[in-house]
Parts: sequence; structure tokens; C-alpha cells
Amino acid sequence: MTRFILKRLASLVLLLAAVSFITFTLFQLGPSDPAAASCGQECTPERVAEARVALGMDKPFLVQYLQYLSGFFSARTIGAPGAESICVWPCLGKSFQTNENVTDIIARSLPYTLSIASGALVLWTVVGVGLGLVAAIKKGRLADKAIVAGASVGVSLPIPVTGLFLLIVFVNQFHLLPFTSNAVVVPWGPAGPGSWIVNYLLPWVALAVLFSASYIRVTRTSMIETFSEDFMRTARAKGLAPRTVVFRHGVRAGITPVVTMLGMDIGLLLGGAVLTEQIFSVPGLGFTAVRAAVAGDLPVTMAITMLAAFFVITANVVVDIAYAAIDPRVRLS
Amino acid sequence: MTHASMETSSRPARGAAPFLDVRGLTVQFPTDDGVASAVNGVDFSIERGSILGIVGESGSGKSVTSQALMGLLKGTSAKVGGQALFDGVDLVALSEAEMRRLRGQRIGMIFQDPLSALHPLYTVGRQIAEAYTVHHRATRAQARKAAVDMLGRVGIPNPEQRFDEYPHQFSGGMRQRAMIAMALICEPELLIADEPTTALDVTVQAQILDLMLELQAETQSALILITHDLGVVAEVCENVLVMYGGQCVEAGPVDEIFYRTQHPYTLGLLSSMPTLGGRQERLTPIPGQPPSLLDLPSGCLFSDRCPAASLVPDRRCRTERPLLVTEGGHSRRCHLPIDQLATLPASR
Ligand SMILES: Nc1ncnc2c1ncn2[C@@H]1O[C@H](COP(=O)(O)OP(=O)(O)O)[C@@H](O)[C@H]1O
Ligand SMILES: [Mg+2]
Repeated sequence: MTRFILKRLASLVLLLAAVSFITFTLFQLGPSDPAAASCGQECTPERVAEARVALGMDKPFLVQYLQYLSGFFSARTIGAPGAESICVWPCLGKSFQTNENVTDIIARSLPYTLSIASGALVLWTVVGVGLGLVAAIKKGRLADKAIVAGASVGVSLPIPVTGLFLLIVFVNQFHLLPFTSNAVVVPWGPAGPGSWIVNYLLPWVALAVLFSASYIRVTRTSMIETFSEDFMRTARAKGLAPRTVVFRHGVRAGITPVVTMLGMDIGLLLGGAVLTEQIFSVPGLGFTAVRAAVAGDLPVTMAITMLAAFFVITANVVVDIAYAAIDPRVRLS
Repeated sequence: MTHASMETSSRPARGAAPFLDVRGLTVQFPTDDGVASAVNGVDFSIERGSILGIVGESGSGKSVTSQALMGLLKGTSAKVGGQALFDGVDLVALSEAEMRRLRGQRIGMIFQDPLSALHPLYTVGRQIAEAYTVHHRATRAQARKAAVDMLGRVGIPNPEQRFDEYPHQFSGGMRQRAMIAMALICEPELLIADEPTTALDVTVQAQILDLMLELQAETQSALILITHDLGVVAEVCENVLVMYGGQCVEAGPVDEIFYRTQHPYTLGLLSSMPTLGGRQERLTPIPGQPPSLLDLPSGCLFSDRCPAASLVPDRRCRTERPLLVTEGGHSRRCHLPIDQLATLPASR
């Protein structure tokens, strides 16, 4: 097991390195010229040339990448010779717009994204897995049919639709909930966990409606399949209580596809729930990335893209390890 | 339900009710295409310490019958009818909760494929210990000890160490030994084994069968052995029940059934055996298909395939369902049992 984990972690490091290189290449060689982007509106060819030097773009490509990479490990200097400034560790470059260290921008946005992701995740997992399980147990009955119908509606509701609907009903019409405030960032902030929950409830629900629907489907399918397995009959033949049969024997075996899905979704969501953050104006990673992209602020967009890819890859490895923990056939082969 | 009371009832007085007495058992499954009548009248009885063989082509309702007896169809859409008096208690009428106390405790079951019947994610030992703790107040250590002892009794080497291994680390034969350990750990008085060796390597089939017989003899439990193998039935069973289309078509002591066969279907089964005692995978004795369970013929269920059906006057085999007739302990469900063939008018 330990060897398995070490191997997966080693491959994780290699993958992350590869992803950083690919992202860097795409952004540097992409259609928009970083130098032109960095000097803003009224650019003369001379100023673009200056900017090239300031950004280190006169150096060979590989050197540029290694310079960028060195910021992961130590502080480095950025800017044209004579006008250099320090970019403190960990350095992901500086924003073209504000000259702020990109790391600081990310550190400011990440808690918003985490707030949205964590609550939504718990909500949709509980609702999705719970209803999926109920549907599987009540297969073919009214409860099952209602849940399946609800899920097919949920799947077809895009986040902007649900989000706007929630805003109109709960905020504009009935004033039951406040519009999301950027002052509340973490549950242990001065406003307290209660107002944190109230503040993020609508984004959570908007995400959960969509995601629960697919979790209901996956859980239901997987559990129905598991319930027909021979070992479930064995469990009943032992004289176990129905509750034990369903949870200890059924859920334990049928939950694997849900774990996989959860890992993927966590990875994706940590990279920023772009639509949700836009609609509820929450300045998380997704919101920030979109803004930076519109303004041509390449260092910020690149760093967030890289970070999002890191999250997805890391989540994949965590899922692999979780698999081994769940299934002895993986662990012991 | 103490052991003392079981002891006393294990020697029934002459004429007392049998230990398990099944009368007119029926099972119907509602399906999308209509009602599937999987079991249409099964009658048999079995005493403690004896072995009953159930044979019949696949699809003849053997497994469904055993599931009905175990109460595994309770809480599903299946409709179970008839009566199954187990030590005086009707299993068909019991609620799921009442049945649960009997399952594993007084009635044990061994399934066909031990790999799929064991949970892949729990250790073999834990699964056996669980079967023990359901019915006994026991600490974790006590349950472990009981399971290790049982693993030893079913002939698994290093039971202490193999307790902590998973099913996929066991061989097929060892897995079935583990299943037997699980079924027997509470010392059930009735054991139902549904084709316990069919999924195993030919080389270990005899070992597993011998083990089951040995433990059955030790505990003096009643054993229902469902099998495709008439050779095994001839060797080990006292009584045999032949099933066709979910019905008991012939039943009685093994010698009666094998040497004074009354039902043409049984005769077909017997003559499909290469040699008595020879083992084979599947019985496909008589040309033709079993009747559709969704639309059973109104006459004898076997009439479509029966070589003798045309000999009976007035198309009786097509129009009238034969009843189960018992003479001298030998039951058959046939309008023209083989010993009556000679009585047919010569003009026919
Ligand atoms: N849950 C079910 N729903 C519908 N039909 C079933 C169900 N279980 C078994 N059957 C049908 O009942 C018949 C008898 O099956 P079974 O008892 O498994 O036969 P076997 O004698 O081979 O063990 C088969 O035709 C099977 O298709
Ligand atoms: Mg069967």
C-alpha cells in the first residue's frame, strides 16, 4: 500500500511538471503577444520592444520557462534591467494590470472558491447519494419515479438559469436571503459560520441542483446493480437486518463510481466555478480568471489555468489512492 | 428454541409431523410480459439427519424453491403460496423479521458460485464471523475464534492467517469451503445447498461434496442437495425430488425412483446419463423446450415433450393437469405412469 502511494505521488510530480510546461508553452506561443498585452492601449513598436526585454522574452524560450519555474522555489526579479522589482516566493509572475504579485491575487481569490466548492460539494453529495440510494431501494415505485424525474429536470438546468431563478425568487422577490457579500469569506470569520452559510447558500444550491442530478443517476444505477449481486443474497441468508444488508454490504460495494466522480468534480470545482462565481459576483478563482482573460492579463490567467490543472491532476491521484483503500483487489494486486 | 427442545424433537414419534413439510408451494413473479409462474406446486418432506436430492433441468424452479424456503423472496414482488412447515412453523406465513431469526441460525444456505456469493471487499474471516455475531452475543475476539475454528473444520490450512485474506486470494475450492463454514457456523438444523459444486473445478467437486456430507453427518442436520448430477443423488441421497416446470413430477426413495421410475420425464433424465455415477455439466435429456412460465399449458406441463402423451385417450394429457399421486411412498404426477403402460387396451 505504501509503495503504491509513493508510486502514485511520484507520477503526480512528473505530471504536474509536464502540465506546467504545456500551459506555459501554450500561453507564450499563443495568439496573443504577452509583450503587446503588457504595454496596454497606446503602444508604439519601441515600447513593445522594451516590454519584450522587461518580460525576459528576448531570452530563449526554455530559459524563460526555467525562470518562471524558479519562482516556484525562490523569489526572483522581474522587469527590464535597471527597473527590476522583486517577486517574492512563491512567485507566479506579476499582474500586467496592477503589477501585483499573482500569488497574492490567487491567495485572495482562493478562499471564495473554497467556500463555494466545499458547501456545494457537501450539499450535492448528501442529496445526490441519499436520493440515489432511496431511488434504488424503492426501484420502480412512486418514490423512485419521482426522484428520477426530478433528476432529469435537474440535469437539464444550466447553472445560469438556476442561479438567476434563485436570485430573482429568494433575493429580489421575497427578500429571504441576502445577495452574496464579498465581505464574508470564511466560516470562522467575524460574521460567524451561520452568516457564512446564509451568504453562500444560493450558489451552493445552484451548483447542487445540477450536480446532485448526475449523482442521483450514478448512485441509483450502481446501487441497483449491486443489490442484484449474489453477495447481497448471501448477506440476507445470514439473517442480517435489512439496514446492515443495504449499508454494510450494498453501499460499501456500490459507492465506488461515486468516489471517482467526486474526485473529478472536486478537482474541477477548485479551479473555479466560473459560471456560478460570475452570476453571484463572487471574486473567486473563476471570476478572477475571466476578468484577467478579458483584460489580457496573461500572468494571472496562466497561473489560474495551471492551478486548475494541478487540482484536477491531484484529485485524480487522490481518487486512485482512495480506490486502493476501498478495494483490496486493487491494493493487493 | 433452545437446543434442548431441538434434541427432543429430533426423534419424532411414529406418525409425528416431518421436520420440514412442504405442501403445494407456489411462486409467481410479476414481470413486464405478465406473470411468470416459476414454482407451480412442490411437495416434499425431509427428516432431521437425512438428505433429499432435488434434480431437474435448469429453469425447472429448483433455485426459486430454495429461495422461497429461505424467505429470500419476502419483501420482493414475488408471490409465494402454499405451506412449508419447518418444525411446526409455516415459513411461507412468517414475516421478514421472524424469518430473519431463522436464516443463518436454524436454516443455512450454500450457493452455487462462491466467488460472487462472497463480498469482494471484506475479508473471508470477517464475513464468517459476521454470520456468527448476527445470532450470538459475542465479542470481536470470540467471533474471530469461532470463525477460525470453523475455517479449520472445513479443512482450510492456516485458518488463523487465512481469516484476514480476501475472497480473491482464495482458490475456488477454498472459497466454497469458506461458504460452507459461513453456512454452518451457527449449526443450522436445515441446510440447503444449491448446486454447491457446479461452479468448481471437477477435481475439487468430490472433496467439497465429501466435506458437506461429513459435516452433515456430524451435526445430523437435514440436507437439501440441489444438483444436476444424478450420480451424486444415487450415491448420497435417501430421497429424491424430480422437478419439471416448477412442479414436483416424481418423488420418493432413491431406489424407487431409479429402479421403478414412473414418470416419462424422470426416465428421460436417467437415460441421458452416460453411466450411473458419471458426472456431467448439464442435463439436456429430452428433445424440446420446457413450457413458457408466462403461459403454462392447461394440461400436463410435460405433455409437449412427452413421448407417451398421445397414448392417453381423450387428449387428457393436453387438457387435464395430472395430480400428484402417492403410493407406497412413491409420488408421481402423470396420467400414464410407466407401470400402467401395460394396462393400455391393445387396440390403441
Ligand atoms: N426474479 C425472477 N423474476 C422472474 N422470473 C424468475 C425470477 N427468478 C427466477 N425466475 C424464473 O424462474 C424459473 C426457474 O428458475 P430457477 O429456480 O433459477 O431454475 P433452476 O431449476 O435452474 O434453479 C426460470 O425460468 C427463471 O427464469
Ligand atoms: Mg439454479
